[in-house]
Amino acid sequence: MSSPETFYDVFRQQGISRRSFNKFCALTAASLGLSPAFAPKIAHAMETRRRTPVIWLNGLECTCCSESFIRSGHPLVSDVVLSMLSLDYSHVLMAAAGHQAEAALEETRRDHAGEYILAVEGNPPLNEDGMFCIVGGRPFIDQLQEMAAGAKAIVAWGSCASNGCVQAARPNPTQATPIHKVIKGKPIIKVPGCPPIAEVMTGVLTYMLTFDRLPPLDRLGRPTMFYGQRIHDKCYRRPHFDAGQFAEAWDDENSRKGYCLYKMGCRGPTTYNACSTVRWNDGVSFPIQSGHGCIGCSEENFWDNGPFYDRLADVHTPLGVESNADKMGLGALGVIGAGIAAHAAASALQRARASATNPKSGSGE
Amino acid sequence: MAIQTPNGFSLDNTGQRIVVDPVTRIEGHLRIEVNIDESNIIRNAVSTGTMWRGLEVILKGRDPRDAWAFTQRICGVCTGTHALTSVRAVEDALGIQIPENANIIRNIMQLTLQVHDHLVHFYHLHALDWVDVVSALSADPRATSELAQSISSWPKSSPGYFRDLQTRLKKFVESGQLGLFRNGYWGHAAYKLPAEANLMAVAHYLEALDFQKEIKKIHTVFGGKNPHPNWLVGGVPCPINVSDTGAVGAINIERLNLVKNIIDQSRRFVEQVYLPDLMAIASFYKDWNYGGGLSSTNVLSYGDIPDYANDYSAGNLLLPRGAIINGNLNEVHEVDLRDSEEIQEFVSHSWYRYADEDIGLHPWDGVTEPNFDPGKNFKGTKTRIDSLDESAKYSWIKSPRWKGHAMEVGPLARYIIGYASNIPEFKEPTEKLLTDLGLPVNALFSTLGRTAARGLECAWAAEKLQYFYARLIDNIRAGDSATANIERWEPATWPKDVKGVGFTEAPRGALGHWVHIKDTRIENYQAVVPTTWNAGPRDAEGNIGAYEAALMNTPVDNAEQPLEILRTIHSFDPCLACSTHVMSPEGEELVNVTVR
Repeated sequence: MSSPETFYDVFRQQGISRRSFNKFCALTAASLGLSPAFAPKIAHAMETRRRTPVIWLNGLECTCCSESFIRSGHPLVSDVVLSMLSLDYSHVLMAAAGHQAEAALEETRRDHAGEYILAVEGNPPLNEDGMFCIVGGRPFIDQLQEMAAGAKAIVAWGSCASNGCVQAARPNPTQATPIHKVIKGKPIIKVPGCPPIAEVMTGVLTYMLTFDRLPPLDRLGRPTMFYGQRIHDKCYRRPHFDAGQFAEAWDDENSRKGYCLYKMGCRGPTTYNACSTVRWNDGVSFPIQSGHGCIGCSEENFWDNGPFYDRLADVHTPLGVESNADKMGLGALGVIGAGIAAHAAASALQRARASATNPKSGSGE
Repeated sequence: MAIQTPNGFSLDNTGQRIVVDPVTRIEGHLRIEVNIDESNIIRNAVSTGTMWRGLEVILKGRDPRDAWAFTQRICGVCTGTHALTSVRAVEDALGIQIPENANIIRNIMQLTLQVHDHLVHFYHLHALDWVDVVSALSADPRATSELAQSISSWPKSSPGYFRDLQTRLKKFVESGQLGLFRNGYWGHAAYKLPAEANLMAVAHYLEALDFQKEIKKIHTVFGGKNPHPNWLVGGVPCPINVSDTGAVGAINIERLNLVKNIIDQSRRFVEQVYLPDLMAIASFYKDWNYGGGLSSTNVLSYGDIPDYANDYSAGNLLLPRGAIINGNLNEVHEVDLRDSEEIQEFVSHSWYRYADEDIGLHPWDGVTEPNFDPGKNFKGTKTRIDSLDESAKYSWIKSPRWKGHAMEVGPLARYIIGYASNIPEFKEPTEKLLTDLGLPVNALFSTLGRTAARGLECAWAAEKLQYFYARLIDNIRAGDSATANIERWEPATWPKDVKGVGFTEAPRGALGHWVHIKDTRIENYQAVVPTTWNAGPRDAEGNIGAYEAALMNTPVDNAEQPLEILRTIHSFDPCLACSTHVMSPEGEELVNVTVR
């Protein structure tokens, strides 16, 4: 058997020169805060390391995470599965079925204990002894816990695995449960969203493979580089918010001018995600750009914070303290909504004052 | 101990039992059990949906304008089709008319889904049932190039292209880390393609994987993201502004050009890659004519793609509506989703409880109370299924019936109904395909027929995308840029107590949502979805479902590697999350399911 394909091989296949590869390793060392002396070590690791096995399990879900994943434009998902990692189990894509599929799972657990990444799409239901989700004749929760035990790290894909998502919305008839509540003692990286953005998904995986470490996480377990800011913070319609320019009804003059959708129920001000920066499907658009407010799909309990078209100030459903960890410690979304309403009014007011005192800084309308 | 079913199958469960669980390359969780006789022929088939999420229970009491977002999460593969069905159901209940542009954009979204879903199904979920990846390693790249160039003008077909791909594949296999291709049935006797055809198909598997992400950008333009784009009761959320200030934040000429570019590319890919591959692969499997099941007798379609807005009568639907029963192609029956005697769901073999399990319930009267009781002949424990008891309850899927008949739905059903209705755009391509392959009409009623109809429909949908794009441009040129009707947006304008029904033809078949709105909130919500029709279990009368029927009488070459089972089940494009999510009007009872 010839030597396995390594990261270096992948780079070379992509037409990257040895010189560029060395430069990449030096930059990687620098970005990791290591001295330049580490660059050759990184180069050596990338030249020799086997592709990391990834086991992708599906519980109660809708497969939107797998569908999103295959939309990745950079890297292309064909490169991801052929060259960057070894996707040893995936309900959606794998050739094998039945006991051959189960065997693939078992082989990875045995031969790569402590080495594989477990990626989880969906969540386990706890009611009916777990039999609301059966895989290979057994409750999904059993498969999940067995595979979690040998994993190096666990990725919780999407809002199902991270927060429970739609099947956990009131009254949660199956008691669908996010995975961090049933897996203990393993690092879990939450990548929420319904689904998460494709390039965020491949970005999280390739971060781990490239830098050989977990991405830095916020207090809720989400990678800070993608979930550190609100959609509102980087929204290209933010100037309209600040200027008090809002769409008032569907397809009205203001919608056609691309004004802020806050009054149409947009959850951008309370949603931590990369939609307004990375955008969707190779950067084509994101919900607000296409005229619909954010529904907050990466936030815990977003299904129960509706109706989606009520503006935030009207929302009264209280949120748990945990979900508010990054939201200035406010106890209830209603308070945040009121705060945002005040923020909108204050921004408009400041703008008006500024233009009154300094005609040159007028609103530009 | 053969049992004769009312729908014409002879079941015998005495032979060796084969279990496939999990069935992979599908959406969701499915288990198949069959019995084979001493000649390895399937004499009994059992299809079991192994998940339940209770989504419609969750919808109760919510704002009906939000229902599209919840129901869209029924399935992320056929993303959008449940949302469209939902906004239609709510609009039907509330009497909302949508603007012409909204109808056109919705059709573009739905057709985009058809093109994408069928393409991904063929290459990524189904192809490996016909294509041996390992055999591709021994192909001659030059001969592969000649083969490719003989069937298509697709430019990526040089010997060098196939050589590079083969080298990459070799390296991948030699690494010992087979990833997705691990433990496949490689070398199985049922694989019939020459090595060169295998190499060509693997190349297109990868090309299609890279290309499919482009198609769905149309959803992203109009709906902001994919999977799960945004929809709106009363129209579509994206405004049109092609000339004025702020157009950059709306559907403008740059966005329209992007959409056009993708539509044209998609049509090219389908015509130059998908269809030629389909024909080439089918030509090597012409003798494998199994898997017809119910398709030769009972098929159903609700119809879809309204040519003009707000008219859901059969004459305005570009995808045909109708039902064929007992194999009589001379009579296409009209279908009425509101008639309580037509569509009914049964639970006598499903893990639910009815007061009287001999009768079926129309979706507006639907009841769903889970009852996980695997029966007395079941083998296993409460949390370990070794073998199911099909004489008892055995699935989380209900059994829908049309006027008491088990029906097959999906692209093949649509093409049979279009053919029987003498609609040229369905009849002519079907006849051409059969002529090109040298096959009689009844060859359609098979696993391969299902796979071929999907390919024909993909090409049809790509062409219709161009048609609706031109219609959109015409409308905008004529000065119509309306995309939403907000007359009845506010709940204060709604009637107090109303029911509505919405339907589409999802990629996998007939899809209906039934909604009851009372005091501005959802009182009851019920979806009967394609995979419920196809994957459902037996009914009270003993009629077997479409999956079960299709598996019957198929020879299995190797019981340890039942490739033939995968082939036929995959030809339906199973979507289990869709099929298993029903609710009761007394949904709150479900909250009391005991936590054990």
